[in-house]
Amino acid sequence: MATVSMTVNGKAVSAEADPDTLLSDFIRENLSLTGTHVGCDTSQCGACVVMLNGDSVKSCSMLAAQAEGAEVTTVEGLAVNGELHPMQEAFHQNHALQCGFCTPGMMISAIDLVNKNPDPTEEEIRRGLDGNICRCTGYHNIVKAVKAAAAEMKG
Amino acid sequence: MPDGNSGTGIGAALLRKEDRRFITGKGKYTDDINRPGQTFAYFLRSNVAHANLKSVDTSAAEKADGVVAVFTGADLEAAGVGGLPCGWALTFQNGDPMVEPPHPALAQGRVRHVGDPIVMVIAESKKQAKAACHLVNVEYDQLPAVVDMMEAIKGDALVHDDAANNICYDWAIGDKDEVDKVFDGADHVTSIDIVNNRLIPNAIEPRVAIGEFDASSGDYTLYTTTQNPHVIRLLMGAFVLQIPEHKLRVVAPDVGGGFGSKIFHYAEETLVTWAAAQIERPIKWTAERSESFMSDAHGRDHITKAELALDKDGKFLGLRETTYANMGGYLSTFAPAIPTYMHSVLMAGVYTTPIIYSNIIAVFTNTVPVDAYRGAGRPEATYCLERLVDRAAREMGIDQVEIRRKNFIPSDAFPYQTPVALCYDSGNYDATLDTALKNADVGGFDKRKAASAKDGKLRGIGYSTYVEACGAAPSAIAGALGARAGLYESANIRVHPTGSVSVYTGSHSHGQGHETAFAQLVSEKLGVHSDAVDIIHGDTAQIPFGMGTYGSRSLAVGGTAIDKALDKIVDKSRKIVAHILEAGESDIEFADGNFTVAGTDKSMAFGEVALAAYVPHNYPLETLEPGLEESAFYDPTNFTYPGGCHICEVEVDPNTGVVEVARFTAVDDPGTVVNPMIVEGQVHGGIAQGIGQALLEGCVYDDSGQLITGSYMDYTMPRADDLPSYDVATESSECTHNSLGVKGVGEVGAIGSPPAVINAIIDALSELGVTDVPMPATSQAVWRAIQEAS
Repeated sequence: MATVSMTVNGKAVSAEADPDTLLSDFIRENLSLTGTHVGCDTSQCGACVVMLNGDSVKSCSMLAAQAEGAEVTTVEGLAVNGELHPMQEAFHQNHALQCGFCTPGMMISAIDLVNKNPDPTEEEIRRGLDGNICRCTGYHNIVKAVKAAAAEMKG
Repeated sequence: MPDGNSGTGIGAALLRKEDRRFITGKGKYTDDINRPGQTFAYFLRSNVAHANLKSVDTSAAEKADGVVAVFTGADLEAAGVGGLPCGWALTFQNGDPMVEPPHPALAQGRVRHVGDPIVMVIAESKKQAKAACHLVNVEYDQLPAVVDMMEAIKGDALVHDDAANNICYDWAIGDKDEVDKVFDGADHVTSIDIVNNRLIPNAIEPRVAIGEFDASSGDYTLYTTTQNPHVIRLLMGAFVLQIPEHKLRVVAPDVGGGFGSKIFHYAEETLVTWAAAQIERPIKWTAERSESFMSDAHGRDHITKAELALDKDGKFLGLRETTYANMGGYLSTFAPAIPTYMHSVLMAGVYTTPIIYSNIIAVFTNTVPVDAYRGAGRPEATYCLERLVDRAAREMGIDQVEIRRKNFIPSDAFPYQTPVALCYDSGNYDATLDTALKNADVGGFDKRKAASAKDGKLRGIGYSTYVEACGAAPSAIAGALGARAGLYESANIRVHPTGSVSVYTGSHSHGQGHETAFAQLVSEKLGVHSDAVDIIHGDTAQIPFGMGTYGSRSLAVGGTAIDKALDKIVDKSRKIVAHILEAGESDIEFADGNFTVAGTDKSMAFGEVALAAYVPHNYPLETLEPGLEESAFYDPTNFTYPGGCHICEVEVDPNTGVVEVARFTAVDDPGTVVNPMIVEGQVHGGIAQGIGQALLEGCVYDDSGQLITGSYMDYTMPRADDLPSYDVATESSECTHNSLGVKGVGEVGAIGSPPAVINAIIDALSELGVTDVPMPATSQAVWRAIQEAS
């Protein structure tokens, strides 16, 4: 066991974890932040994507220890003082989620995409979300939502 | 139907009530649940497709760090734990029962597919359980594996010793001799050999099960990722573990997609529940994705030869088919019904084909069991029929649209009795076709084709006009056909003293949006705002009973049960109002949430009636009980029959075989639309899975039975950049036999779309002489088809 410390959703956290603990497991089990989901074991599905020092990462593909000292944002940290992030609001307004399981990772990937490309085309959105699998929506409304959120975030 | 005065009734595109918790990370999925004192299970699964187990040595695992208990098939046998039951019994053509081999929860002496569970290890942590599994020593005595169905029926190697030639059943519907006579006299016969590719459902939430036992009360609880908690309680409680219903609670909290794969009762559910009582501690099992690939029931997997007889004008005279349907290594819960009562009976499609013969041979192989996956039998029927019709039109030089229209069941012919048992209550196939032709701008296709040609691409257009049967179904008929369960749904409506409403439904939402759409039903009838309505589902301790969600049945069956219970609420309210307003019951009118006495200004709001029911100071207590709560069970009189038209345009690069879906248009008839936003979303998702089947997805085993497509690295899940945006619309005709007029929309996308895509590719490549491409039409498959034709 080793102590791992980082800032998660603006709060300093510290927990004991085995050295081989994945960041995704650390978030879910040590921090009980269960909004970050695990949908595969090959770093393909993207349900576990979190923001790490401003970049979206698949939290199943790194160790918690590698995030020592990092700033991490999970889906639970997207809304500020109860006010939804424009991406959350756009997913709601555009029916961009059905079962909701891929949604946290999908939204965080989409936020990273828009942060780096404030006015993405449909093709850029589709390519940018290539690392997140959704089985419910057929992506149509996700693409719409990301476009709407991009307009709002530029606002 | 008009909107209630709240504006949140039937027809409103309400944003979803359930979204808030999902977009803020507050959803409660089974893996988010942890119980005090919980242990973790891990399963050692067979790494070979077919073998006798010479020995299973668990001694080292039992001594490993953190291990609490280790169980094998022998332990289950000794404890009298039953095998997993099959919920539908089919027969051979001569009436003999199908071969129904035992399906032990842990292998007993023999394994029959890669992934078949052999040992359950329970430890203090998942890591310890997994590590201890590696210490189990299994000696396999390998047997020849059969993977290919056509090899399996030769009977050289048997998956089950009592299934001769590996045949589970050889079943048929229709009069073969009469159909053959029609073929003998036909002007033209079109035939086709097709494979409906095996798919792996892949809900993004893996399966999870947590078993818990309270030794003081003898109560069991199972938290599980299921689409139908009451069905699991029934199957597991009554048939496997002999736990009476009142001692077994099954909870299905938020479930991350199902698509059929979470209907069935799985071994892990039984095992964590049973073992929790052995160790008197909760046990949690969470599937790794690789386990999902080799233990979740797969879908489709048909090999079909079909023929269509036509007269010289292209009128369909008769159809016959023989289909081999893969059952896998064991019979999953509803497996036998999928290729028969969900497939053969759909072979009339939207056409007036007067006579049909369908012969289904169900085959055991050393592969994961196959069962219902989104569409379940109906995509296989639609794909076969629409490919056949497309080919017939090409062979006879008839336009694709014309041949369909010529053979449509006319809109004034309903109710329409097909030659294969089903009686369609309503539909308008010309209407959905006309709107689709318009929305797809078929008139502009030639121009677009010319533009593609300039870029060196071949453009094609493909059609699919389909009907499906959902909203299963009359229990009596299902029972007569071999179903071992009823197919009704229940609802309980609890109106609270201040007029808010809790609805307890036996349907289960795992993405469908019931919490919103069902609230709209209540809003419509009672005139209350949908925000004042909560939909509760997924817990056998709270819901009276339920058959769950599959086969697009939630709204048609579950929704109608809610509607019936609401009628009882209104009836009772009317009695209360008549008493308080001193009027005859027949004079009480109810609209927009207000009861009025006809011809007077006397009225009571629904909320006031609710309060009067719970504060019965002025109340007809001598004839009416206080309170306002009603239940209903609804057993439909028929299936519902959504239909529609899907049109796909593809661009194919003839040099590489790469196919791009350029346009996709769907016009579906889901009956009454309760929430158009949700309906569109359901169609989008279904189309994505249909395009996935047509272009990308395919489960591959090697000859020894190893699963080659065992991860997302190998099995091609459709991703955002594989798919287009879709043009979807509805053209509804109401269902005539349920009070809401609803049909269903969960599966139409997956049913209608695959043949539209493949027909479009064949259209694009027809100038090169290509007449067939397989699913999935990967660039390699398409390139090969081009090379073979040239």
